[in-house]
Order: sequence, then C-alpha cells, then structure tokens
Amino acid sequence: MKDTASGPTTAVSNPPVQPTEAYFDQGDITRISATRNVPQPDRELTKLAKLIDVSKCIGCKACQSACVEWNDTDPGVGENVGVYENPHDLTPDMFTLMRFSEWENPVTNELEWLIRKDGCMHCEDPGCLKACPAPGAIVQYSNGIVDFNHDNCIGCGYCVTGCPFNIPRISDTDHKSYKCTLCSDRVAVGQGPACAKACPTQAIVFGTKDDMKAHAEGRIEDLKSRGYENAGLYDPEGVGGTHVMYVLHHRDQPGLYANLPEEPRISPVVEGWKGVTKTAGLAVMGIAAAGAALHGLFARPNEVEEHDEVEADRLVDGRDPQDGGQV
Amino acid sequence: MARPQYSEKGDHIASHEPVRVSRYRGFTRANHWVTAVCLIVLALSGLSLFDPALYFLTGLFGGGQTTRWLHPIVGVVLFVSFALMFVQLWRLNMPRREDAKWMARIGDVVKQNEDKLPELGKYNPGQKFVFWGMSGLIVVLILTGIAIWEQFFPGLVSIPVRRIAVLIHALAAVAIILVFIIHVYAAIWTRGTLRAMTRGTVTGGWAYRHHRKWLRELAARDNKGPAE
Repeated sequence: MKDTASGPTTAVSNPPVQPTEAYFDQGDITRISATRNVPQPDRELTKLAKLIDVSKCIGCKACQSACVEWNDTDPGVGENVGVYENPHDLTPDMFTLMRFSEWENPVTNELEWLIRKDGCMHCEDPGCLKACPAPGAIVQYSNGIVDFNHDNCIGCGYCVTGCPFNIPRISDTDHKSYKCTLCSDRVAVGQGPACAKACPTQAIVFGTKDDMKAHAEGRIEDLKSRGYENAGLYDPEGVGGTHVMYVLHHRDQPGLYANLPEEPRISPVVEGWKGVTKTAGLAVMGIAAAGAALHGLFARPNEVEEHDEVEADRLVDGRDPQDGGQV
Repeated sequence: MARPQYSEKGDHIASHEPVRVSRYRGFTRANHWVTAVCLIVLALSGLSLFDPALYFLTGLFGGGQTTRWLHPIVGVVLFVSFALMFVQLWRLNMPRREDAKWMARIGDVVKQNEDKLPELGKYNPGQKFVFWGMSGLIVVLILTGIAIWEQFFPGLVSIPVRRIAVLIHALAAVAIILVFIIHVYAAIWTRGTLRAMTRGTVTGGWAYRHHRKWLRELAARDNKGPAE
C-alpha cells in the first residue's frame, strides 16, 4: 500500500523513492465556479503560499523553463523585439513570465532593474472563479490553490474579465483557459512548485503561508537594513490575501514592478454584473413572463367585433353589406 | 404617385369578400421569422451563461463549448437579419402627432375603449416602441458583444472596458427579453394579429379596428386602381 504524502513545507526537498498517494483531492474543494452551496470539507488544510522575493531575483528565467517542462507546454520560438520578456506576454502555454522594469530611483539616483515573476496570484477571493459561468471549471482548495478544470471550461473568457491581475489566457487551439496551477499536482504529493524548485537563488520559496510570512519578515528586515526603508510584503487585502506573495523593495510603489496593482480587488463592475444584475434581471424577466402568461390566460382578449368588419366593408367597398347599397 | 403616408407601397386590399388586407409580403415574413428564431436561440444560450441555475440550457445546443461559439455567431446573423427588416420598416415607425394622443389614453387602450382612441397608420405607438427598442438594444448588444467575443476579438478592448461591456451586454439582454415578452404578448392579446406574420394578411375588421388610417389609405388606393 502506498503511503499518503504529507503537505509540502518547502520546495527544496527531493521526492521520495516510493510513490505516494495525494494528500488532498476533490474532497478538499471549498469553492466551485457557478455552483451555489458547495458542501464544505470536514477538514481544513494548512494554507500554502509561494513567496517571490523580487530583491533576490536575477532574471534567469529558470522558473519559466521549469514551468514549461513540468506542465509540458510548448510556448514556441519567439521573436526578439529588443526586450527581455520572452515570450512577450503570458500565453496559454506560458503560465509564468519574468517582467523586467528599469527604474531610476530619484532618491539614490541609481538605475534599478526590477524583475517580477508574473503569474496567477491564487487569490483567497478569486475574481476568475466569481465570473466563471461554467459549473466546476474553476475550483479552490482549502489550502488556497485556485485551479482550472479544463474538462468543464467553455472558453468564454469571463475569467479574464474577472481577474484583477490579468492572468488567464484562452487557447486558440482548444478554446480553454490556462494559468498557473501552483503545481497542484506536485503539491498533492508533497512537492513544491516546479518554479520554486528550479530557482537558483531561492528567490522563489514555498511552504505554509505562515512560514512564508515569517520568512518574508526576515527578508524585509534585511532589506530595510540595506536602505530599502519601504521594503514590504505584497499580500493584498482587497482579494483576501494571496497564495503567491512578493517581497518588494518598494512596497509603497507596486506599480513600479510592471504595473503590479496597488490595491487589487474584484472590480465593482464584475461584482455588480454577477450580483444585483443577475438577481434583479432574472426576477424582472420571470415576473414579466409569468405576468404576461397569466394576463393572457385570464384577461379579456382584444377581439375584432362584427361592427369592425361591417365598417371595413363599407370603407373598402364603399357599400354597406347590410343593405348592399352605396353609401 | 406621391409616397403613401400611412402604408407601404406593397400593402394592398388582397380580397373584397371577405375583406382581407395584405400587411407583410413573403420576404418580410421570412425575414421576421429568421430574426425571431435567432432571438430565441440567443435568449436561451445567453441565459444559460447568465446564471448557473440556467446552465442546463447549454444542453439544448450540445454543451457549454458549443453554446459559447454559437451564441455570438447567431448574434451576427440576427444583426444582419434585423438590419434588413429595419430598412423595410423604419419609415412607418417614425413617431407621429397622433401617437402622443394614443399614449395619453393608454388606459383606454387596455380597457379596449376603441372609440376614444385616435385613428392610426400602419403601426401604433406600442408597436413603434417595440421596433425602436429592438433596434437600439440590438445595436448595443452587437457592439458590447463584439467587445467580449473572446474567440475572434480577444484583445479588442482593455479589460476594464470589457468589464463594462459585459455588464451593459447583460443589462441590454434583460431589456430586450422584456421587449420580446411585450411583443409576443401584444401580438397574442390583440386577436387577429398573428396571421399578419403567418399568412401575411389581416381581416378588414382588424385593420379597421386597429389601423384605420392605414386601411383608409389602402382603400382609397384600391378604388383609384385599374377598373375591375
């Protein structure tokens, strides 16, 4: 019998020699797209998180390569247009992307090269899941992982509309939406995400969310001692916190890092569309249809009377059919 | 001959005993029914993606993926079909002075006090409201629909614009379904109306009761026509 894997607390450990059973599965799903009243699991898994320390990143793209390799995607050969990003944007075949920003710090007068690994943030309150119309196409596990179930995806692009971070990409080939899975298949058997495993400087680390916050604290202290007084953790409240967090040297200006949103949240437009518009719209249409049907069944219809026919004859033929004479 | 004021050139007295009046030629009727089928398909497929409780309606079209690609394509067909109908119908749907009087007496319309209502041309203000409501909403729906058409126009508008487009699309869809309900209900409540879109003709009595100016103009034209 196979042993059950334990939840990963790090990405650096090597896999066991013996195969192991997944430590979480469908039974640990807490939210399902387009599904009301999801039965809540009996247990709650420890919250996990990936921490990306932007100050330690050297922009080598090993994480991208590891991602492509593990997920077996094929982003194709790109085209050099004179920028470091490769490919130029996230694609259905590239779930993570190093974004390079050059910034001249007005205080120190130094040029800073800010490199942010972009990808799904695994929001605690996921906008994609809220917007999705297909039952079961997007799920969230109690450990915080937001995952797409491609069997149920219909390719409508509503997740793109809902996401506050502009992450999901729809494939032109199979018309399904793709994004980072936080390597849910690796995590399930006790391994950290492929990107974290591959990172040569350990700018990407992985573990329980509490551990990652504690680790971030140490890093922030270190950065502050080196003069980055605004260093801080990016774990935005507006989306209930995220399961991918950043250590930023300029936490006060997240926009510097390739337009990382300052205060991300699910857009009120999306909330209004999926909330009051849906409820009120259905109610109004239902009442109108039912009212029309009831009125049609019970009210006196507007019927043409004999008198109308007589008048029509008189008008058209210039005669009164009653006496057959001319008017 | 001067352009008729209250009727289309093709409208005519189709028979005298009994009096039957031709209201829509075959092309217009076919055009109408193509549009109608499109609207029903669009409403059902759209509703299925509007609320999870109605997602089962995707089964009518062969599943979610099929519904997703079918809906916008049928939308384009409806737009073209409606545009053809618009060209044929817009002139007599322009508002006229007597419409205000009819609107002011909407209570008498419902109570069927026909003698208190002004004489009308081919369309009453209710029909004109449906016509212009459909026209305006279809334009809104096709524009916002293209903006959120992931398959062919993924990057046409920015994501914030797309959010607004999807909200407006949903609101306009609710509105057009309400207009559709009014349209179908009025056609059934006003007995004798449906045959205008099935057989193409209405009875003389129907024309006299509901569209007297239209009938008068056709009768006058009929009398002036070539000798029998």
